[in-house]
Amino acid sequence: MTKRYPDGTVAVDRLSLEIPDRAITVLVGPSGCGKTTTLRMINRMVEPSEGSILLDGMDIRQQPVNTLRRSMGYVIQNAGLFQHRTILDNIATVPRLLGWTRQKARQRAAELMERVGLDTSLAKRYPYQLSGGQQQRVGVARALAADPPVLLMDEPFSAVDPVVRKGLQDELLRIQDELGKTIVFVTHDIDEAIKLGTMVAVLRTGGRLAQFAPPAELLSAPADAFVEDFLGADRGIRRLSFFPSEGLELQTSPLIAIDADAAQLAGRADAPYVLVTDPDGRPLGWSEPDRLTAGAVDREQLIDHGRPFVPGTDSLRTALDGAVLSPTGWAVAVDGDGRAVGVVSQQVIGEAIRAAHRRVTHGAGVEAAR
Amino acid sequence: MNVLDFARAFFSDSAHWHGYDGIPTRFAEHVGFSLEALLIAAAIGLPVGLVTGHYGRGGNALALIATAGRALPSFGLLVLMFIWIGFGLLPVMIPLVVLAVPPILVTTYEAIRSVDPSPVDAARGMGMPEARVLFQVEVPVALPLILSGLRTAAIQIVSTATIAAYVSLGGLGRYIIDGLYQKNYEKVVGGATLTAGLALATLVLFWAASRLTVSPGVRRSG
Repeated sequence: MTKRYPDGTVAVDRLSLEIPDRAITVLVGPSGCGKTTTLRMINRMVEPSEGSILLDGMDIRQQPVNTLRRSMGYVIQNAGLFQHRTILDNIATVPRLLGWTRQKARQRAAELMERVGLDTSLAKRYPYQLSGGQQQRVGVARALAADPPVLLMDEPFSAVDPVVRKGLQDELLRIQDELGKTIVFVTHDIDEAIKLGTMVAVLRTGGRLAQFAPPAELLSAPADAFVEDFLGADRGIRRLSFFPSEGLELQTSPLIAIDADAAQLAGRADAPYVLVTDPDGRPLGWSEPDRLTAGAVDREQLIDHGRPFVPGTDSLRTALDGAVLSPTGWAVAVDGDGRAVGVVSQQVIGEAIRAAHRRVTHGAGVEAAR
Repeated sequence: MNVLDFARAFFSDSAHWHGYDGIPTRFAEHVGFSLEALLIAAAIGLPVGLVTGHYGRGGNALALIATAGRALPSFGLLVLMFIWIGFGLLPVMIPLVVLAVPPILVTTYEAIRSVDPSPVDAARGMGMPEARVLFQVEVPVALPLILSGLRTAAIQIVSTATIAAYVSLGGLGRYIIDGLYQKNYEKVVGGATLTAGLALATLVLFWAASRLTVSPGVRRSG
């Protein structure tokens, strides 16, 4: 479809997209690329000049506009909460519009507060009493209240600080795992697009589609210079997020417990570094073996071990990050409880990256490991 | 004798508390005109202000009407209407309404215009019909300002309604006009005190109305 304004500006130019069911499709691009306009055409806040939008094969103009909008959750930047209504009544808006009784709508609203990770003690508060992140959660809860199959999100997390944003993104992925909505998500942040999107549509200024692909494909094969530039300089590193870290060959020989005896210490004497763990096996830090004395290890003298990764859960990117951050060039692998299960060198990770690239080029599927 | 002595003399004279020229009668007349004028002005100003504010159009025309309305001297208009229409309530109502419409109209328009656009966008996007967007999203948030426009109008009406006495109608203005004519300053001061008291009471009334009708979520964030 196309959107042309009366003054001749073309916001969206012959855009054609097939948005997959029960998945997150992200529209991303610089300012003025028509991503918000595209989103707003889906719930008819903006009417296309040409073309049409089909929902399950039916033109969206075939039903009354307010019926259509009530079947699509709508989340906007800054949440757009009604400041004169309590949190509970804000969330109950669409159920009330649909004619539910006040009691039933409020009951549903309370369920949703829990679902989006809001304490129900906030129910009777007013929006001004909540933080930006909490307000945005209310915005998401309000959009989900009538259990719509489709969720439209217009830069919902761009007004909150990075830490809160990460929390909201993780929460959205968790909710999506539970509910399986068809989500269209607009953002100008390519990292957010890659993190959240099952499919990512990159739009360029003037409202033209530059590329529509899964994030891993976007990173490995950008369609043109614009997409490549938009992805940023480190797309190779970012692509590693989609390679799983399981199968990395871990070395256990440099591990040593802090209460090890002299004989065990002597057995590690030829390693350049050893990783000292506490008696439970949790990593404490690196040390050169000849600086350790059995029974008198000074924790203060250990070299920081950087951020550990969990093989199988974390991606190769996290593993490589750990290895790069570690002064010794080795990444520490831990199990789910934080106990060290082995260490891996940058060289071994490098091998794994090359192997993963070969698998992709040979047509094997890429398992997304976020 | 000073003003306080005049006032004391006026209010302690029991003759002023009875009959057709008694304080209760004049007070009731005054409140009656004022209320009527306020209701008519609100019936004109509120709907026009709400609709123009909601659609964001007609702001310039409103400003023009408001300026014109404010520029018209109420007293001149009263005399003019009196000569034209003659005795009765109508020549009094017209200047009072003309006086009260601009603050109601302009404040209501501005109040609706200044509502944060994002909840309005959210409401529409959720499928709320336009009338509900206006009355359930915009008006509750704009209410403090709308009430302040009504309050300004009410106080102006209460003070200006004293001129009704010039065309032989009742109200608290009676005391002021008759007092001046009879050089009875007790009456003048008494009438003026009562008018000022009524204006203050109006303020208190609007403050109470705002406490009752404005959501705590708006009161504290606004």
